[in-house]
Amino acid sequence: MKVIVTVHLKPGVLDPQGVTISNALLSMGYTGITDVRAGKVFELVIDDGDTEATRQKAEEIAHRLLANPVIETYTVEVLR
Amino acid sequence: MKFGVVTFPGSNCDFDAFAAVRDSIGQPVEFLWHRDADLKGCDLVILPGGFSYGDYLRVGSIARFSPVMKSVIEFARSGGLVWGICNGFQILLEAGLLPGAMLNNRSLRFSCRQVYIKTETTASAYTKHVPLGAVLKIPIAHSEGNYYAPDDVLDKLEESGRVAFRYCGLDGQLADEFNPNGSARHIAGILNEERNVLGMMPHPERAMEVILGSVDGYRLFTSVVKTFTDNVLETEEVA
Repeated sequence: MKVIVTVHLKPGVLDPQGVTISNALLSMGYTGITDVRAGKVFELVIDDGDTEATRQKAEEIAHRLLANPVIETYTVEVLR
Repeated sequence: MKFGVVTFPGSNCDFDAFAAVRDSIGQPVEFLWHRDADLKGCDLVILPGGFSYGDYLRVGSIARFSPVMKSVIEFARSGGLVWGICNGFQILLEAGLLPGAMLNNRSLRFSCRQVYIKTETTASAYTKHVPLGAVLKIPIAHSEGNYYAPDDVLDKLEESGRVAFRYCGLDGQLADEFNPNGSARHIAGILNEERNVLGMMPHPERAMEVILGSVDGYRLFTSVVKTFTDNVLETEEVA
């Protein structure tokens, strides 16, 4: 089963990469862009059979390793 | 006093730390390998600077799960002295031995230069023999030294006197212009609650000889040795 884990800095935590991208977009002439936040996407393939067990395993992996809960939030999406 | 210096794949200040202990302060020192859980009876473990595991995922995030870190975490929890420098500080944060996390430098640039830091507490082995408020000249070399913690955690750190060092000007003044990375409340180093674990971004092991531009790192190394040795003597007297 394929699992997509997306990790972002928490709202309120300064994202220097997002700010830099946002400034670049402004200098490229784009208007109306009020915020950019950079993040990370992980694609995991987990052979566990059971969707719920796979989700739980992916949640644990995201919490323990892929994200740092002090500064980041994550979402877990199990694909068929 | 026996020092241990951990080598992770990608550590690049392990030899500097080793040389600082062996040559500058003349204490016994051994390398500790990341795959070995054995701390070889060391009295203090240094987690050195560098790019452990290529800085992949997040700085320090992979190193914290290495076999040696299991022993380091146990050692720290039982009161052992653990000193994380630069990448070592980042590993201590990821391991949960110190609170908070590191963000990219405000500038998004790798910053490598001499900075001044102010000694904010003498209540630790590392700073016991450094005068309170002493300004130390010690180099930094990092991309992710922008210390972050929620406000309540920062308040707690300050109230309990666990901020060890802050970035400052030559005379100890605090201002954004002296803060090289955007670190919260100008924090350059912090202690754990029990005050045996110190994490700091500047590199004292690179400030051990006049030819290196500063000998202020030497003051921290000698402080920790003196504190440790005095404690051992005291314990022996009592016994």
